[in-house]
Amino acid sequence: MTQSVERQVVLPWRQVVRISYNSIKSRFFRSLITTLTLTLAVAFVAFTWSSYEILNSVWLQASSSLQESIIASGYELTEEGFGGSPKDIWLAILSLLVCVVGIINAQLMAVTERFREIGTIKCLGALNSFVVRIFLLEAVYQGLIGGLSGSLLGALVATVSLLWKLGLAVLWSWPLGAMLYIIVWATGLAILLSLIGVTYPALVAARMQPAVALRAEE
Amino acid sequence: MYRDESHNVVRLSEVTKTFRMGDNVVEALKGVDLTVKSGEYLSIMGPSGSGKSTLFNMIGALDKPSSGRVFIDEVDVAQLDAYELAWLRCRKIGYIFQTFNLIQVMTAIENVTLPMVFAGMNRDEYTEKGMDLLRLVGLAERYHHKPSELSGGQQQRVAIARSLANDPAIVLADEPTGNLDLATGEEIIYLLKQLSKERGVTIISATHDIKMLNVSDRVIWIRDGRIDRIEDRDKLKISVGEVA
Repeated sequence: MTQSVERQVVLPWRQVVRISYNSIKSRFFRSLITTLTLTLAVAFVAFTWSSYEILNSVWLQASSSLQESIIASGYELTEEGFGGSPKDIWLAILSLLVCVVGIINAQLMAVTERFREIGTIKCLGALNSFVVRIFLLEAVYQGLIGGLSGSLLGALVATVSLLWKLGLAVLWSWPLGAMLYIIVWATGLAILLSLIGVTYPALVAARMQPAVALRAEE
Repeated sequence: MYRDESHNVVRLSEVTKTFRMGDNVVEALKGVDLTVKSGEYLSIMGPSGSGKSTLFNMIGALDKPSSGRVFIDEVDVAQLDAYELAWLRCRKIGYIFQTFNLIQVMTAIENVTLPMVFAGMNRDEYTEKGMDLLRLVGLAERYHHKPSELSGGQQQRVAIARSLANDPAIVLADEPTGNLDLATGEEIIYLLKQLSKERGVTIISATHDIKMLNVSDRVIWIRDGRIDRIEDRDKLKISVGEVA
Protein backbone atom coordinates (compact mmCIF):
# COMPACT_ATOMS: atom_id res chain seq x y z
CA MET A 1 0.00 0.00 0.00
CA THR A 2 1.45 3.36 -0.95
CA GLN A 3 0.75 5.31 2.17
CA SER A 4 1.77 8.71 0.89
CA VAL A 5 -0.86 8.57 -1.83
CA GLU A 6 -3.50 6.82 0.25
CA ARG A 7 -3.26 9.14 3.21
CA GLN A 8 -4.85 12.11 1.59
CA VAL A 9 -8.03 14.01 2.02
CA VAL A 10 -9.20 16.22 -0.80
CA LEU A 11 -11.79 18.83 -1.58
CA PRO A 12 -11.86 19.67 -5.29
CA TRP A 13 -12.71 23.27 -6.23
CA ARG A 14 -15.81 22.02 -8.02
CA GLN A 15 -17.10 20.78 -4.66
CA VAL A 16 -16.09 24.02 -2.90
CA VAL A 17 -18.13 25.93 -5.49
CA ARG A 18 -21.13 23.66 -4.92
CA ILE A 19 -20.93 23.68 -1.12
CA SER A 20 -20.48 27.43 -0.74
CA TYR A 21 -23.15 28.22 -3.33
CA ASN A 22 -25.66 26.00 -1.49
CA SER A 23 -24.63 27.51 1.79
CA ILE A 24 -25.23 31.07 0.58
CA LYS A 25 -28.53 30.06 -1.00
CA SER A 26 -29.85 28.35 2.13
CA ARG A 27 -28.77 31.20 4.37
CA PHE A 28 -29.99 33.89 2.00
CA PHE A 29 -31.24 36.43 4.52
CA ARG A 30 -28.27 35.96 6.82
CA SER A 31 -25.79 36.65 4.06
CA LEU A 32 -27.96 39.50 2.81
CA ILE A 33 -26.81 41.55 5.83
CA THR A 34 -23.15 41.21 4.87
CA THR A 35 -23.99 41.78 1.24
CA LEU A 36 -26.00 44.93 2.01
CA THR A 37 -23.04 46.46 3.86
CA LEU A 38 -21.02 45.99 0.69
CA THR A 39 -23.79 47.22 -1.56
CA LEU A 40 -24.13 50.51 0.32
CA ALA A 41 -20.41 51.25 0.55
CA VAL A 42 -19.80 50.43 -3.10
CA ALA A 43 -22.91 52.35 -4.15
CA PHE A 44 -21.48 55.48 -2.53
CA VAL A 45 -18.11 55.11 -4.27
CA ALA A 46 -19.70 54.26 -7.61
CA PHE A 47 -22.12 57.17 -7.29
CA THR A 48 -19.31 59.68 -6.72
CA TRP A 49 -17.17 58.54 -9.63
CA SER A 50 -19.94 57.90 -12.12
CA SER A 51 -21.27 61.43 -11.47
CA TYR A 52 -17.88 62.79 -12.56
CA GLU A 53 -17.74 60.57 -15.61
CA ILE A 54 -21.18 61.68 -16.73
CA LEU A 55 -20.27 65.36 -16.14
CA ASN A 56 -17.06 65.00 -18.15
CA SER A 57 -18.98 63.49 -20.98
CA VAL A 58 -21.79 66.06 -20.87
CA TRP A 59 -19.35 68.98 -20.61
CA LEU A 60 -17.81 68.33 -24.01
CA GLN A 61 -21.10 68.73 -25.85
CA ALA A 62 -22.77 71.19 -23.51
CA SER A 63 -23.94 74.66 -24.51
CA SER A 64 -22.49 77.53 -22.52
CA SER A 65 -25.71 77.94 -20.55
CA LEU A 66 -25.60 74.26 -19.56
CA GLN A 67 -21.94 74.62 -18.62
CA GLU A 68 -22.88 77.54 -16.40
CA SER A 69 -25.58 75.56 -14.68
CA ILE A 70 -23.12 72.69 -14.06
CA ILE A 71 -20.70 75.08 -12.37
CA ALA A 72 -23.60 76.65 -10.49
CA SER A 73 -24.53 73.22 -9.11
CA GLY A 74 -21.26 73.26 -7.17
CA TYR A 75 -19.03 70.99 -9.28
CA GLU A 76 -15.44 72.12 -9.57
CA LEU A 77 -13.78 71.99 -12.96
CA THR A 78 -10.06 71.21 -12.83
CA GLU A 79 -7.55 71.01 -15.67
CA GLU A 80 -8.29 67.30 -16.19
CA GLY A 81 -12.05 67.83 -16.13
CA PHE A 82 -14.28 66.79 -13.25
CA GLY A 83 -12.75 64.31 -10.88
CA GLY A 84 -12.39 63.08 -7.35
CA SER A 85 -11.28 65.89 -5.09
CA PRO A 86 -9.18 64.98 -2.03
CA LYS A 87 -12.35 65.37 0.02
CA ASP A 88 -14.19 62.82 -2.15
CA ILE A 89 -11.33 60.35 -1.92
CA TRP A 90 -11.18 60.82 1.83
CA LEU A 91 -14.92 60.21 2.15
CA ALA A 92 -14.70 57.11 -0.04
CA ILE A 93 -11.85 55.66 2.03
CA LEU A 94 -13.77 56.33 5.23
CA SER A 95 -16.90 54.66 3.90
CA LEU A 96 -14.91 51.62 2.78
CA LEU A 97 -13.20 51.41 6.19
CA VAL A 98 -16.54 51.47 7.97
CA CYS A 99 -17.71 48.83 5.53
CA VAL A 100 -14.78 46.49 6.25
CA VAL A 101 -15.31 46.78 10.01
CA GLY A 102 -19.00 46.07 9.46
CA ILE A 103 -18.22 43.00 7.38
CA ILE A 104 -15.76 41.62 9.92
CA ASN A 105 -18.45 42.05 12.54
CA ALA A 106 -21.13 40.38 10.44
CA GLN A 107 -18.80 37.55 9.40
CA LEU A 108 -17.65 36.91 12.99
CA MET A 109 -21.30 36.49 13.97
CA ALA A 110 -22.01 34.29 10.97
CA VAL A 111 -18.97 32.11 11.64
CA THR A 112 -19.81 31.78 15.35
CA GLU A 113 -23.27 30.52 14.40
CA ARG A 114 -21.57 27.86 12.29
CA PHE A 115 -19.01 26.56 14.82
CA ARG A 116 -20.87 23.28 15.17
CA GLU A 117 -21.02 22.82 11.41
CA ILE A 118 -17.30 23.53 11.19
CA GLY A 119 -16.59 21.04 13.99
CA THR A 120 -18.68 18.45 12.20
CA ILE A 121 -16.94 18.73 8.85
CA LYS A 122 -13.58 18.58 10.63
CA CYS A 123 -14.73 15.32 12.24
CA LEU A 124 -15.52 14.05 8.76
CA GLY A 125 -11.94 14.69 7.72
CA ALA A 126 -11.84 18.32 6.57
CA LEU A 127 -8.51 20.09 6.74
CA ASN A 128 -8.29 23.65 8.05
CA SER A 129 -7.76 24.78 4.47
CA PHE A 130 -11.13 23.29 3.39
CA VAL A 131 -12.92 25.45 5.92
CA VAL A 132 -10.98 28.55 4.84
CA ARG A 133 -11.68 27.85 1.17
CA ILE A 134 -15.41 27.46 1.70
CA PHE A 135 -15.59 30.73 3.63
CA LEU A 136 -13.42 32.61 1.14
CA LEU A 137 -15.54 31.49 -1.80
CA GLU A 138 -18.71 32.46 0.02
CA ALA A 139 -17.13 35.88 0.54
CA VAL A 140 -16.37 36.11 -3.18
CA TYR A 141 -20.02 35.38 -4.00
CA GLN A 142 -21.15 37.99 -1.52
CA GLY A 143 -18.64 40.48 -2.91
CA LEU A 144 -19.82 39.80 -6.44
CA ILE A 145 -23.49 40.26 -5.59
CA GLY A 146 -22.89 43.24 -3.29
CA GLY A 147 -20.47 44.86 -5.76
CA LEU A 148 -22.70 44.44 -8.81
CA SER A 149 -25.84 45.63 -7.07
CA GLY A 150 -23.98 48.48 -5.35
CA SER A 151 -22.24 49.80 -8.44
CA LEU A 152 -25.43 49.53 -10.52
CA LEU A 153 -27.31 51.36 -7.79
CA GLY A 154 -24.61 54.05 -7.58
CA ALA A 155 -24.54 54.54 -11.36
CA LEU A 156 -28.32 54.67 -11.51
CA VAL A 157 -28.63 57.23 -8.71
CA ALA A 158 -25.86 59.36 -10.28
CA THR A 159 -27.63 59.29 -13.65
CA VAL A 160 -31.07 60.08 -12.23
CA SER A 161 -29.86 62.89 -10.01
CA LEU A 162 -27.89 64.55 -12.83
CA LEU A 163 -30.84 64.04 -15.16
CA TRP A 164 -32.91 65.93 -12.61
CA LYS A 165 -30.37 68.76 -12.34
CA LEU A 166 -29.20 69.12 -15.95
CA GLY A 167 -31.95 67.67 -18.10
CA LEU A 168 -31.97 65.23 -21.00
CA ALA A 169 -28.47 66.19 -22.23
CA VAL A 170 -27.22 63.65 -19.66
CA LEU A 171 -28.88 60.79 -21.55
CA TRP A 172 -27.58 61.85 -25.01
CA SER A 173 -23.98 61.81 -23.89
CA TRP A 174 -24.16 59.02 -21.31
CA PRO A 175 -20.64 57.46 -21.24
CA LEU A 176 -21.34 53.74 -21.60
CA GLY A 177 -17.71 52.56 -21.69
CA ALA A 178 -16.62 54.60 -18.71
CA MET A 179 -19.66 53.49 -16.71
CA LEU A 180 -19.00 49.81 -17.45
CA TYR A 181 -15.41 50.37 -16.35
CA ILE A 182 -16.60 51.83 -13.03
CA ILE A 183 -18.98 48.90 -12.49
CA VAL A 184 -16.15 46.43 -13.09
CA TRP A 185 -13.63 48.03 -10.73
CA ALA A 186 -16.24 48.78 -8.07
CA THR A 187 -17.30 45.11 -8.14
CA GLY A 188 -13.66 44.06 -7.89
CA LEU A 189 -13.27 46.41 -4.95
CA ALA A 190 -16.31 44.83 -3.25
CA ILE A 191 -14.85 41.34 -3.69
CA LEU A 192 -11.55 42.55 -2.22
CA LEU A 193 -13.30 44.16 0.78
CA SER A 194 -15.36 41.03 1.32
CA LEU A 195 -12.23 38.88 1.30
CA ILE A 196 -10.46 41.23 3.74
CA GLY A 197 -13.51 41.06 6.02
CA VAL A 198 -13.79 37.27 6.06
CA THR A 199 -10.13 36.32 6.40
CA TYR A 200 -9.80 36.76 10.15
CA PRO A 201 -13.10 35.04 11.09
CA ALA A 202 -12.36 32.18 8.68
CA LEU A 203 -8.88 31.60 10.14
CA VAL A 204 -10.28 31.62 13.69
CA ALA A 205 -12.92 29.08 12.70
CA ALA A 206 -10.57 26.83 10.77
CA ARG A 207 -8.01 26.55 13.58
CA MET A 208 -10.47 25.32 16.21
CA GLN A 209 -10.06 21.83 17.62
CA PRO A 210 -13.13 19.83 16.50
CA ALA A 211 -14.05 19.00 20.09
CA VAL A 212 -14.07 22.70 21.01
CA ALA A 213 -16.10 23.63 17.95
CA LEU A 214 -18.64 20.89 18.69
CA ARG A 215 -19.14 22.08 22.27
CA ALA A 216 -20.40 25.42 20.97
CA GLU A 217 -24.09 26.10 21.58
CA GLU A 218 -26.21 26.18 18.49
CA MET B 1 -12.09 -6.83 4.89
CA TYR B 2 -10.25 -9.27 7.13
CA ARG B 3 -9.33 -8.06 10.57
CA ASP B 4 -7.16 -9.83 13.09
CA GLU B 5 -9.25 -10.79 16.11
CA SER B 6 -6.63 -9.93 18.68
CA HIS B 7 -5.78 -6.63 17.01
CA ASN B 8 -5.92 -3.60 19.33
CA VAL B 9 -7.83 -0.97 17.45
CA VAL B 10 -7.68 1.62 20.23
CA ARG B 11 -5.27 1.84 23.11
CA LEU B 12 -5.08 4.56 25.73
CA SER B 13 -2.17 4.82 28.11
CA GLU B 14 -2.26 7.02 31.22
CA VAL B 15 -4.42 9.62 29.50
CA THR B 16 -5.22 12.74 31.48
CA LYS B 17 -7.08 15.86 30.45
CA THR B 18 -7.36 19.07 32.39
CA PHE B 19 -9.43 22.08 31.48
CA ARG B 20 -8.69 25.57 32.69
CA MET B 21 -11.77 27.59 33.51
CA GLY B 22 -10.61 30.97 34.70
CA ASP B 23 -8.61 30.26 37.85
CA ASN B 24 -10.09 26.78 38.27
CA VAL B 25 -8.37 23.74 36.90
CA VAL B 26 -10.78 20.89 36.24
CA GLU B 27 -9.38 17.40 35.90
CA ALA B 28 -11.77 15.69 33.51
CA LEU B 29 -9.64 12.55 33.08
CA LYS B 30 -7.20 11.41 35.77
CA GLY B 31 -5.18 8.69 34.08
CA VAL B 32 -7.15 6.27 31.92
CA ASP B 33 -5.73 3.02 30.52
CA LEU B 34 -7.92 1.21 28.05
CA THR B 35 -7.57 -1.33 25.27
CA VAL B 36 -10.28 -1.96 22.71
CA LYS B 37 -10.12 -4.99 20.44
CA SER B 38 -11.19 -5.00 16.84
CA GLY B 39 -14.88 -5.86 16.33
CA GLU B 40 -15.88 -5.16 19.91
CA TYR B 41 -19.09 -3.44 20.94
CA LEU B 42 -18.02 -1.34 23.88
CA SER B 43 -20.11 0.93 26.06
CA ILE B 44 -18.73 3.63 28.28
CA MET B 45 -21.19 4.22 31.08
CA GLY B 46 -21.15 6.92 33.70
CA PRO B 47 -23.08 9.83 35.12
CA SER B 48 -22.86 13.20 33.39
CA GLY B 49 -19.72 15.07 34.32
CA SER B 50 -17.80 11.83 34.86
CA GLY B 51 -15.48 12.49 31.91
CA LYS B 52 -17.34 10.30 29.43
CA SER B 53 -17.46 12.83 26.64
CA THR B 54 -13.88 13.89 27.24
CA LEU B 55 -12.82 10.25 26.94
CA PHE B 56 -14.89 10.01 23.76
CA ASN B 57 -13.06 13.02 22.32
CA MET B 58 -9.69 11.45 23.22
CA ILE B 59 -10.51 8.14 21.53
CA GLY B 60 -11.80 9.99 18.48
CA ALA B 61 -8.68 12.19 18.16
CA LEU B 62 -10.95 15.22 18.42
CA ASP B 63 -8.98 16.77 21.26
CA LYS B 64 -5.44 16.47 22.55
CA PRO B 65 -4.76 14.80 25.90
CA SER B 66 -2.90 16.88 28.52
CA SER B 67 -0.63 13.89 29.11
CA GLY B 68 -0.51 10.23 28.15
CA ARG B 69 -0.86 8.59 24.78
CA VAL B 70 -3.67 7.58 22.47
CA PHE B 71 -3.00 4.87 19.90
CA ILE B 72 -5.37 4.14 17.05
CA ASP B 73 -4.40 1.03 15.13
CA GLU B 74 -1.18 1.16 17.16
CA VAL B 75 -0.32 4.59 15.75
CA ASP B 76 0.33 7.33 18.29
CA VAL B 77 -2.17 10.07 17.45
CA ALA B 78 0.13 12.78 18.89
CA GLN B 79 2.71 11.95 16.21
CA LEU B 80 0.34 12.64 13.32
CA ASP B 81 0.44 15.87 11.33
CA ALA B 82 -2.69 17.75 10.30
CA TYR B 83 -3.08 15.80 7.05
CA GLU B 84 -2.72 12.40 8.68
CA LEU B 85 -5.08 13.40 11.46
CA ALA B 86 -7.70 14.52 8.94
CA TRP B 87 -7.17 11.28 7.03
CA LEU B 88 -7.66 9.30 10.25
CA ARG B 89 -10.93 11.11 11.03
CA CYS B 90 -12.05 10.68 7.45
CA ARG B 91 -11.22 7.03 6.82
CA LYS B 92 -10.65 5.23 10.12
CA ILE B 93 -13.29 6.64 12.44
CA GLY B 94 -16.99 7.31 12.01
CA TYR B 95 -18.66 9.68 14.47
CA ILE B 96 -22.22 9.70 15.77
CA PHE B 97 -23.37 12.45 18.12
CA GLN B 98 -26.15 13.01 20.60
CA THR B 99 -27.27 16.09 18.67
CA PHE B 100 -26.89 14.30 15.29
CA ASN B 101 -24.75 17.16 13.92
CA LEU B 102 -25.94 16.87 10.36
CA ILE B 103 -25.13 19.85 8.16
CA GLN B 104 -28.44 21.71 8.17
CA VAL B 105 -28.08 23.21 4.70
CA MET B 106 -27.38 19.85 3.03
CA THR B 107 -29.78 17.07 2.07
CA ALA B 108 -29.56 13.56 3.55
CA ILE B 109 -27.60 12.21 0.60
CA GLU B 110 -25.21 15.20 0.61
CA ASN B 111 -24.57 14.67 4.32
CA VAL B 112 -23.83 10.99 3.80
CA THR B 113 -21.55 11.55 0.82
CA LEU B 114 -19.48 14.43 2.24
CA PRO B 115 -16.87 12.13 3.88
CA MET B 116 -16.55 10.28 0.56
CA VAL B 117 -15.97 13.57 -1.24
CA PHE B 118 -13.13 14.26 1.21
CA ALA B 119 -11.82 10.75 0.59
CA GLY B 120 -11.51 11.59 -3.10
CA MET B 121 -14.18 9.31 -4.57
CA ASN B 122 -15.79 10.38 -7.82
CA ARG B 123 -19.38 11.46 -8.17
CA ASP B 124 -20.83 8.21 -9.50
CA GLU B 125 -19.08 6.14 -6.85
CA TYR B 126 -20.11 8.26 -3.90
CA THR B 127 -23.69 8.74 -5.07
CA GLU B 128 -24.16 4.99 -5.48
CA LYS B 129 -22.55 4.17 -2.15
CA GLY B 130 -24.46 6.98 -0.41
CA MET B 131 -27.76 5.55 -1.65
CA ASP B 132 -26.70 2.05 -0.54
CA LEU B 133 -25.99 3.38 2.94
CA LEU B 134 -29.29 5.24 3.13
CA ARG B 135 -31.03 2.03 2.02
CA LEU B 136 -29.17 0.20 4.79
CA VAL B 137 -30.63 2.54 7.43
CA GLY B 138 -34.04 2.49 5.70
CA LEU B 139 -34.13 6.07 4.42
CA ALA B 140 -33.45 5.66 0.72
CA GLU B 141 -36.70 7.31 -0.33
CA ARG B 142 -35.98 10.40 1.79
CA TYR B 143 -32.55 11.06 0.33
CA HIS B 144 -33.50 14.52 -0.87
CA HIS B 145 -34.80 15.77 2.47
CA LYS B 146 -32.95 18.29 4.62
CA PRO B 147 -32.37 17.46 8.31
CA SER B 148 -35.11 19.92 9.33
CA GLU B 149 -37.60 17.80 7.36
CA LEU B 150 -36.65 14.58 9.18
CA SER B 151 -37.57 13.30 12.65
CA GLY B 152 -34.92 12.87 15.34
CA GLY B 153 -34.69 9.14 14.76
CA GLN B 154 -34.40 9.62 11.00
CA GLN B 155 -31.69 12.24 11.47
CA GLN B 156 -29.74 9.83 13.66
CA ARG B 157 -30.12 7.15 10.97
CA VAL B 158 -28.66 9.55 8.41
CA ALA B 159 -25.82 10.24 10.86
CA ILE B 160 -25.20 6.48 11.19
CA ALA B 161 -25.13 6.13 7.41
CA ARG B 162 -22.67 9.03 7.27
CA SER B 163 -20.45 7.47 9.94
CA LEU B 164 -20.11 4.36 7.75
CA ALA B 165 -19.31 6.29 4.57
CA ASN B 166 -15.64 5.35 4.27
CA ASP B 167 -15.93 1.88 5.88
CA PRO B 168 -14.27 2.97 9.14
CA ALA B 169 -12.68 0.47 11.51
CA ILE B 170 -14.25 2.26 14.47
CA VAL B 171 -17.60 3.92 14.95
CA LEU B 172 -17.71 6.28 17.92
CA ALA B 173 -21.11 7.17 19.27
CA ASP B 174 -21.54 9.88 21.90
CA GLU B 175 -24.90 9.38 23.62
CA PRO B 176 -26.51 8.27 20.34
CA THR B 177 -29.89 7.76 22.00
CA GLY B 178 -29.74 10.80 24.29
CA ASN B 179 -32.09 12.97 22.24
CA LEU B 180 -34.49 10.21 21.18
CA ASP B 181 -37.59 8.67 22.71
CA LEU B 182 -37.43 5.12 24.13
CA ALA B 183 -38.68 3.21 21.10
CA THR B 184 -36.58 5.16 18.61
CA GLY B 185 -33.56 4.82 20.87
CA GLU B 186 -34.03 1.06 20.90
CA GLU B 187 -34.20 0.98 17.10
CA ILE B 188 -30.93 2.91 16.89
CA ILE B 189 -29.23 0.58 19.38
CA TYR B 190 -30.46 -2.43 17.42
CA LEU B 191 -29.21 -0.91 14.18
CA LEU B 192 -25.75 -0.28 15.67
CA LYS B 193 -25.56 -3.84 17.00
CA GLN B 194 -26.57 -5.24 13.63
CA LEU B 195 -23.89 -3.18 11.91
CA SER B 196 -21.21 -4.32 14.33
CA LYS B 197 -22.20 -7.96 13.74
CA GLU B 198 -22.54 -7.80 9.96
CA ARG B 199 -19.65 -5.50 9.18
CA GLY B 200 -17.27 -6.28 12.02
CA VAL B 201 -17.02 -2.60 12.91
CA THR B 202 -15.74 -1.74 16.36
CA ILE B 203 -18.40 0.31 18.10
CA ILE B 204 -17.55 2.48 21.08
CA SER B 205 -20.45 4.26 22.60
CA ALA B 206 -20.58 6.72 25.48
CA THR B 207 -23.97 6.47 27.07
CA HIS B 208 -26.05 6.36 30.20
CA ASP B 209 -28.79 4.41 28.50
CA ILE B 210 -29.20 1.09 30.34
CA LYS B 211 -30.65 -0.50 27.16
CA MET B 212 -27.17 -0.27 25.67
CA LEU B 213 -25.89 -2.84 28.16
CA ASN B 214 -27.83 -5.73 26.61
CA VAL B 215 -25.99 -5.45 23.32
CA SER B 216 -22.51 -4.55 24.59
CA ASP B 217 -19.63 -7.00 24.65
CA ARG B 218 -17.97 -4.99 27.36
CA VAL B 219 -19.00 -2.12 29.58
CA ILE B 220 -16.63 0.39 31.07
CA TRP B 221 -17.93 2.23 34.10
CA ILE B 222 -16.31 5.59 34.48
CA ARG B 223 -16.57 7.75 37.56
CA ASP B 224 -14.85 10.98 38.45
CA GLY B 225 -12.35 10.85 35.60
CA ARG B 226 -11.20 7.29 36.26
CA ILE B 227 -12.23 3.85 35.11
CA ASP B 228 -14.27 2.44 37.97
CA ARG B 229 -14.66 -1.10 36.63
CA ILE B 230 -14.78 -3.02 33.37
CA GLU B 231 -17.28 -5.80 32.91
CA ASP B 232 -17.59 -8.48 30.26
CA ARG B 233 -20.96 -9.39 28.88
CA ASP B 234 -21.26 -12.77 30.62
CA LYS B 235 -20.88 -11.15 34.04
CA LEU B 236 -23.02 -8.22 33.14
CA LYS B 237 -26.49 -9.55 33.92
CA ILE B 238 -25.69 -10.03 37.59
CA SER B 239 -24.25 -6.60 38.15
CA VAL B 240 -27.03 -4.91 36.21
CA GLY B 241 -29.32 -6.70 38.63
CA GLU B 242 -27.43 -5.10 41.47
CA VAL B 243 -27.63 -1.66 39.96
CA ALA B 244 -31.31 -1.93 39.18
